[in-house]
Amino acid sequence: MLIPHPLLGLRDAQEFTYLGDASLIHRPDGMAENAAETFFDYVYLRDNPAGVHRELWFHEQGDRSWLVVTRDTTTHEILGAELARDVALAAKGGAQ
Amino acid sequence: MRFSGFRVIKEALTGYKGWGPLWRNPEPQPSYDYIIVGGGGHGLATAYHLAKVFGGKRIAVLERGWLGQGNIGRNTTIIRSNYLLPGNEPFYEFSMKLWENMEQEFNFNAMVSQRGILNLIHTDGQRDAYRRRGNAMRFAGADSELLDHEQVRAMYPWLNFENARFPIKGGLMQRRAGTARHDGVAWGYARGADLLGVDLIQNCEVTGFRIENGKVLGVETSRGYIGAGKVGVAVAGMSGKVMAKAGMRLPIETHVLQAFVSEGLKPFIDGVITFGAGHFYVSQSDKGGLVFGGDIDGYNSYAQRGNLPVIEDVAEGGMALMPAIGRARLLRAWGGIMDMSMDGSPIIDRTPIEGLYLNAGWCYGGFKATPASGYAFAHLLATDRPHETARFMRLDRFERGYVIDEKGVGAQPNLH
Amino acid sequence: MSRLSGGLIDRSQRLSFTFDGKSYSGHPGDTLASALLANDVRLMGRSFKYHRPRGVVSSGSEEPNALVELRSGARQEPNTRATMAELYDGLIANSQNRVGSLAFDLLAVNDLASPFFAAGFYYKTFMWPKAFWEKLYEPMIRKAAGLGSLTKLADPDDYDKGFLHCDLLVIGGGAAGLAAALTAARAGARVILADEDFRLGGRLMAETHTLNDAPAGDWIAALEAEFDALPNLRVMRRTTVFGAFDHGIYGAVERVSDHLATPGKAVRQTLWRITAKRIVLAAGATERHIPFANNDRPGVMLSGAMRTYANRYAVSPANRVAIFTNGDDGHRTALDLMAKGVEIAGVIDTRTEAKALGKYPLFAGAVVSNAKGRLGLKSLEITRDGTSHWIEAGALGVSGGWNPNVHLASHHRGRPVWDEASLAFLPGTDLPPGMVVAGAAAGRGTTHGALTSGAEAAVAALGAIGITAALPDLPRAEDAPQAQSAFWHVPGKARAWVDFQNDVTVKDVKLARQENMVPVEHLKRWTTLGMATDQGKTANVTALAVMAELTGKTIPQTGTTIFRPPYTGVSLAVLGGGDTGAHFRPRRLTPTHEWAKSQGAVFVEVGQWMRAQYFPRKGETTWRETVDREVLATRAGVGLCDVTTLGKVDVQGADAGEFLNRIYANAMASLKVGMVRYGLMLREDGHAYDDGTCARLAEDHYVVTTTTAQAGPVYRHMEFARQCLWPELDVQLISTTDAWAQISVAGPNARMLLERIVDGFDISNEGFPFMACAELTVCNGLRARLFRISFSGELAYEIAVPARYGAALMGRMVEVGADLGATPYGTEALGVLRIEKGHAAGNELNGQTTAQMLGMGKMVSTKKDSIGAVMSRREGMVAETRTLVGLMPVDATEPVTAGSHLFDEGAAQKTETDLGWITSACYSPHLASGIGLGFLANGKDRIGQVVIAANPLQGQSVRMRVVSPHFVDPEGGRLRD
Repeated sequence: MLIPHPLLGLRDAQEFTYLGDASLIHRPDGMAENAAETFFDYVYLRDNPAGVHRELWFHEQGDRSWLVVTRDTTTHEILGAELARDVALAAKGGAQ
Repeated sequence: MRFSGFRVIKEALTGYKGWGPLWRNPEPQPSYDYIIVGGGGHGLATAYHLAKVFGGKRIAVLERGWLGQGNIGRNTTIIRSNYLLPGNEPFYEFSMKLWENMEQEFNFNAMVSQRGILNLIHTDGQRDAYRRRGNAMRFAGADSELLDHEQVRAMYPWLNFENARFPIKGGLMQRRAGTARHDGVAWGYARGADLLGVDLIQNCEVTGFRIENGKVLGVETSRGYIGAGKVGVAVAGMSGKVMAKAGMRLPIETHVLQAFVSEGLKPFIDGVITFGAGHFYVSQSDKGGLVFGGDIDGYNSYAQRGNLPVIEDVAEGGMALMPAIGRARLLRAWGGIMDMSMDGSPIIDRTPIEGLYLNAGWCYGGFKATPASGYAFAHLLATDRPHETARFMRLDRFERGYVIDEKGVGAQPNLH
Repeated sequence: MSRLSGGLIDRSQRLSFTFDGKSYSGHPGDTLASALLANDVRLMGRSFKYHRPRGVVSSGSEEPNALVELRSGARQEPNTRATMAELYDGLIANSQNRVGSLAFDLLAVNDLASPFFAAGFYYKTFMWPKAFWEKLYEPMIRKAAGLGSLTKLADPDDYDKGFLHCDLLVIGGGAAGLAAALTAARAGARVILADEDFRLGGRLMAETHTLNDAPAGDWIAALEAEFDALPNLRVMRRTTVFGAFDHGIYGAVERVSDHLATPGKAVRQTLWRITAKRIVLAAGATERHIPFANNDRPGVMLSGAMRTYANRYAVSPANRVAIFTNGDDGHRTALDLMAKGVEIAGVIDTRTEAKALGKYPLFAGAVVSNAKGRLGLKSLEITRDGTSHWIEAGALGVSGGWNPNVHLASHHRGRPVWDEASLAFLPGTDLPPGMVVAGAAAGRGTTHGALTSGAEAAVAALGAIGITAALPDLPRAEDAPQAQSAFWHVPGKARAWVDFQNDVTVKDVKLARQENMVPVEHLKRWTTLGMATDQGKTANVTALAVMAELTGKTIPQTGTTIFRPPYTGVSLAVLGGGDTGAHFRPRRLTPTHEWAKSQGAVFVEVGQWMRAQYFPRKGETTWRETVDREVLATRAGVGLCDVTTLGKVDVQGADAGEFLNRIYANAMASLKVGMVRYGLMLREDGHAYDDGTCARLAEDHYVVTTTTAQAGPVYRHMEFARQCLWPELDVQLISTTDAWAQISVAGPNARMLLERIVDGFDISNEGFPFMACAELTVCNGLRARLFRISFSGELAYEIAVPARYGAALMGRMVEVGADLGATPYGTEALGVLRIEKGHAAGNELNGQTTAQMLGMGKMVSTKKDSIGAVMSRREGMVAETRTLVGLMPVDATEPVTAGSHLFDEGAAQKTETDLGWITSACYSPHLASGIGLGFLANGKDRIGQVVIAANPLQGQSVRMRVVSPHFVDPEGGRLRD
């Protein structure tokens, strides 16, 4: 597979390490009252879609960026890639 | 129709006129007591045991495609009970005992062959871990032996003992482990279930569940609605997709695992060997092909096909361990989709929806579990209580903190 | 049979070779198959199940029968298709899958017993008595199964991997592929043209068709000359594109030296990973046969292959040849052979309306219904309107139509589509992205059709990526429509082969139908159809057609099969690509590696690292003797150990403290500058992940260490936390594991030794207390970092210098510390020292344990949010009672073995009564006893009690006393002295 790195262009997927669903960016507040519940959901439950999936890849053999890659799990077609940091900052900005 | 020596000879001499269908092609009934979703190994074994052991009646297996289409039809055929943890080992040893009696049980030769599995050891730490495991196996009633370098060398002198990057220091051997003919297992259970009156319905895709007041009433299918007293789902890699139709999210990701077979070769490897310093395991089928595999591709996928890096990685491991296989050719590669759970261990449990039961999370180790999984799932469906050996395989173990993590890598399915 | 005239062989040279020990000769340009035919050898192999005598069926990679063991010794390769083996001088080939000689194979007895071996037979029998399957039946079956054999010798050849990128990959160098490559290359695109053959041209070489009224060879030669001058075109002969993977990546194998006796200095094969923006698949078509009784006799072959042998290799399998066809194509073969002087015994055409195209006997509306000649075809039975007669022929060409080679087009699981007009499966619409199919692979099999569709495909493919290409002037070529009838097999009672190699007959297909094994995957699996080395290339469609006929369904209703990589077999060695043996994984060497080597160190693999395991001295006869000395010397004087492999992460930024607070279970923001703290990381699931030290060098600068094994994963995890979880924090990370050499200096004399190398820095106990850290210089100005931390329980430091000075520093310390007893020690002694002190390492931090189990439950702060804290408080994890304890044998002479399980004395030893296990064990020279660390249920409450360490695997059962895990200096006084 080839991953369109937003800074470096198309890179072989072998340069990357895969983590999983991009929802892992949205870590709940560990000090909140309902943390046990929200963390169970965050750590263990997955949508696991057959279709478009947003997922985290780490450019380990490259610039060490974490990326959010949007990929179809039925065809492996890649629909886009963003810096995870940008996605995370946007999410935090949205929450504020 | 029972297979016997006499019968086989008679049919051979009379042009097989007496051989009939291995199973019927029944039309679906309006309702059943039990519906098993998924006509793979686990679904068929569940239906078989439900009818045979637990006296279940009015049972149907609904299969989207053809019987045995799932991972039972594409795996590396290894059976073993060499697990570490108390949540797993007794279950897999129960499965091994069922394997040992399988042919006599369902009068169909699934070619169970206990030629042994050898897990190679390359470091002292690995030896400590395998010793812990081998002992755990003994305490659960399984067999295990710890071999040293010389014993391994005597057994397989052509492994790389010359210039290995990670020298072989020994191995954990389970002699009762081995292989079984994967399709034969599916067919044996299918035929057995059919003979016990189970309706095996092919080309029947479940498209939804009818759930009212928290209770399942039946399933919507590509062949119409079918009512059910209880519904058991055993759809492996499709678990996430199917259970989403019941509104459930699971501690499971679907990943692709590739497996490989070489061209036919004269006997070369007797048992099963796993490399301890790379991703490679191998056995040789009765037909002569080297059947081998390695790690999953590592990304979520429903595509049923993998990519080149893993093929190369597996071949690299194979060549590093046994450089004598270099001249053999890879004949076929295929990709199956795996229900990779969050702790690498399976789930056989009720769900929050009454009457809906789940059998999932087998990762890439479901084949060896087929008989016990079917037995335990049938037990649960029939009695609403978990089978003794599957009592830790609960759906709520993640929330409550009782994970069964053999590899110790945590909540990341692609590492299990 | 002598050679025919013409052909693409070099008659000026003779190549000698042997087959089954007998010598023959051929010419450059020959394959082993063509050379054998030229030497009148028709019998080349045996079938898989019935061991039927077999001859060559095809002239290409689809060959099911003529498989040989090629070469000898460690280079012997099984199952090589004689049709693909290029002849070289001295070639050695042997037939395979036989007991006895090829002509008198003892296992041919299977053929007599064939009624017992019908489809599905094995599943119904061999079950009685129970024990006999594994003791008797299966070993017999295994022995008889398989085809060629592997030697047990390591493959001596070299292999390589390469990466190529192009605008257009053209797969197949026949008429369509050549036209596509020409079109694209002239447009300036970067083009790769790959063909499995050693010569370009495909079927242009096999046919007599002219191009622009001249032999096709002229056009090919002109094209090759032009190709040579085009720098943007790479022509790869002997290269099989075997798989279509994601995002335009194609796997290909170039057989660099397989046409030579040995590779010499070259590699044998290269694995290419080709990344193509667009792909033209021009893989041609494979002819199919027509099953009839005994259609597997040596000499019965595909009609198109016969033309290849005659026109390209100048050889006919016999002097008198018959043709059996269901269309026009068979007649071509008759004409071509006649033109070369071969006698045509007759053309048997299933069509009643068939007309002869030349002067040969025609049997229209007739079929071949039987064949005689076990070791070589002698005669054929022709049946027409219910009456039969026999004719003599030494070979029969069978023409049942052509199957487009759509394999790569369906590697992404797109299904081919049945085309009733051409009676073939054509590529569907669901192709791998960027692929266009051309020529016979797309059902455009006339020469004109192939040329034009190839050129058009290139124009279309390039157009899609913004490259404009013009259609070239293509040569005039034949464009005759090929009439064909849907005739799939000759009905009859005797066995008629569908899949030659695996011995699947029409009867087997019928039996599968009778037993309800109708879905195509059931059919394949029940009968083993298509599972042979040719992967059903010549069999699958025919079997589908037979099944369709039996069930009264159409072929598309009956199904298709999915094609999977590889297109043809690929050697495991080339897939491994040469990264084998010592080169399987990189070897990382520590900065003191060469120094340690000079000291006679024994090394051990630790992940990718090689670490000094121990430093034997003269007179020491066992490793234990050495390790005991190193341990005692450290505890008595001072020991030195390279600990560079521990991961190091530099953490800087205004929010570094806050960041580490969230990464570690314990607090780090409160750490004072100039101090070090032990840190425990959890995974988000609450289990212990890794431990190490965290040193604060400045307000905004920390240095974190990890275990050796987790250096990579922990760094990745920290970057995840930084970029994905808390991007708002001002913190930067970099791994410095390889930048700093780090040496542990441990033992009562450690300070005295260090005082001799630090540059005027106060390392007195007051000036530099336990858990202090500092940046300083040593050895007159060498930049260094000093940490007063201890893994051994002794007064100890770790000193870090830039990696290139590591060896020099080690040498200097050993030298200046000689009188202090400075002793280098390796990983073994390191392990003993840490077990004696009760420090957790990999065996305790195995990913399954918790802070609570490690006795560090209280370190998990409840005052802050850190990774894993929430989940570590789940019911099941809190309820876990196993904790880390020390274990000593009651009888000090008894062994202590890691991996033993712990039980109460007298308890039945089973899973339910299992109390824990020994994680680490060693011999403690300090205590003169074996000792161990382990996790034990309610361990804290059991100190002083006796438990059984059971290791039935090695017949051990040892009474062990439960003790504190800190065997040495439990109060920790030495650390602080």
